[in-house]
Amino acid sequence: MKNENLYNYILGIADNSLILGQRMGELCGHGPSLETDIACTNISLDLFGQVRSYFQYAAKIAGDKRTEDDIAMLRKEREYKNVLLVEQPNTNFAYSIGRQFLFDVYHLAFLTELQKSSDLTLSAIANKCVKEVSYHERFSSDWVKRLGDGTEESNQKMQEAINDLWTYTDELFHQTPADIAMVTEGVGVDVTKLKEKYYKQVSELLQEANLEVPESKWFQKGGKEGIHTEHLGYLLSDLQYMQRTYPNMEW
Amino acid sequence: MSEEQIRSLEKQFDERIARDEKIEPKDWMPEKYRHTHIRQMSQHAHSEVVGMLPEGNWITRAPSLRRKVALLAKIQDEAGHGLYLYSATETLGVTREELYDQLHSGKAKYSSIFNYPTLTWADMGAIGWLVDGAAIINQVPLCNTSYGPYARAMIRVCKEESFHQRQGYEIMMKLANGTPEQKDMAQDALNRWWWPSLMMLGPTDDKSVHTEQSMKWKLKRKTNDELRQQFIDQTVPQADLIGLTIPDPDLKWNEERQSYDFGAINWDEFWQVVKGHGPCNKERMKARVNAWEEGEWVRDAAMAYAEKKQERKQKQAV
Ligand SMILES: [Fe+2]
Ligand SMILES: [Fe+2]
Ligand SMILES: [Fe+2]
Repeated sequence: MKNENLYNYILGIADNSLILGQRMGELCGHGPSLETDIACTNISLDLFGQVRSYFQYAAKIAGDKRTEDDIAMLRKEREYKNVLLVEQPNTNFAYSIGRQFLFDVYHLAFLTELQKSSDLTLSAIANKCVKEVSYHERFSSDWVKRLGDGTEESNQKMQEAINDLWTYTDELFHQTPADIAMVTEGVGVDVTKLKEKYYKQVSELLQEANLEVPESKWFQKGGKEGIHTEHLGYLLSDLQYMQRTYPNMEW
Repeated sequence: MSEEQIRSLEKQFDERIARDEKIEPKDWMPEKYRHTHIRQMSQHAHSEVVGMLPEGNWITRAPSLRRKVALLAKIQDEAGHGLYLYSATETLGVTREELYDQLHSGKAKYSSIFNYPTLTWADMGAIGWLVDGAAIINQVPLCNTSYGPYARAMIRVCKEESFHQRQGYEIMMKLANGTPEQKDMAQDALNRWWWPSLMMLGPTDDKSVHTEQSMKWKLKRKTNDELRQQFIDQTVPQADLIGLTIPDPDLKWNEERQSYDFGAINWDEFWQVVKGHGPCNKERMKARVNAWEEGEWVRDAAMAYAEKKQERKQKQAV
């Protein structure tokens, strides 16, 4: 492939939306209220819409017969490049919200920068997504505040979720070789520059929500290199089920 | 109020409905009207919400991104229908909590069709095509029903349901024109959903309890049997068009009636499912009750937070 770095770079972005969208989709019909159900489905819907734009572009770059669905559903586990954070399960509503919040703050900052990409397709996609994601970020921030500053029980649950998920935040700011190559070309976003602002913003909101900012400096990473947590395999068996069972068909 | 006064109010009320005027939440209405509407509207709302579950099963397994997005959007629409139907029901002086209680305790019913399992992807097509299709036949007449909030909700709901119906049919068409395996999948789904869809239009007229009163209040404009015939006449040519076979050996065009004759419906199965012993009644109820119970701490938190916020605001104002 001529443009392998760009291809891998797009997958690195899109896989986060793909896997998080899949997780949010699991909640549909099982949320704490109809209103939150609708909001979570909506986030899932937005994320999959984004995934389609990215993968359609990636398919074009690949220039062979592969389609958006091949890219989304027919890779092997080690070929998915999403960060570990987004694959974490819906342990309870606090985990779903915590995961969403910790990703949204990053995602919004990332897309805001990606709008400046010298790659016009990517900047156009970012431009469209930034509006959706700023809504996601408002939604998840509001819920972190409600749960953190709600009842004693909700505060405990929210704190536990944040403590557990915190270990996956640092990976957001690691660069892969494709990232570095794309930053050099003016296509990609230098995520290392987003880190300070991210932790500042997240910490301020946690404090406002009556939650403690975890002090742990132990972090997990590996997703960007395809080394995932055990959760991803199960998620992929659902995601890929139809394409694997009925190969080469149109739906 | 004296009995005579009530009778005169009732007479005026009936006349308003006969003149096609809408009844609004603040208007006087007979208690029976209120109760019947709470029952029917909440049953409809519950159906929308329970109906999210069988389709929700396939969100994570949808075969393509395009289908996944469309399915998510469809289920989100159903949640929206649930939401405005609950709101419309609340205008009759009942709370959402009470309505949920009735659902969770088994006191309130929801459409029995959602007690059947979704086993393959083709079921997403069959549900859209047949179940949303039957729902439209049931609901279009309700766009002119006498209770204003219900009629207005129905206008919005029906528009979206017909979109769902087309989308479901398109899923089936794609399968029917696909590989032999895909076509088999579509036929199998039609075989499983056909009869329950016919049952969705309600028991036969002689077994139907509420019809006469409902007709007067425009909660019903055609009988169940008429609606069923309409559904069959509309759906059979659609199946023909994509080369699928309706699983009814007795199905035959009747030249004289200009309608299809059809075979006997297994009403024992219908009553079994209505009475709670269908293939998925327990799973569906358990899913709803779990969501509600596991969500309690979340709703409590939201309430507590809103109160705190309000208090802070008041303190600031002082
Ligand atoms: Fe609906
Ligand atoms: Fe409906
Ligand atoms: Fe529908």
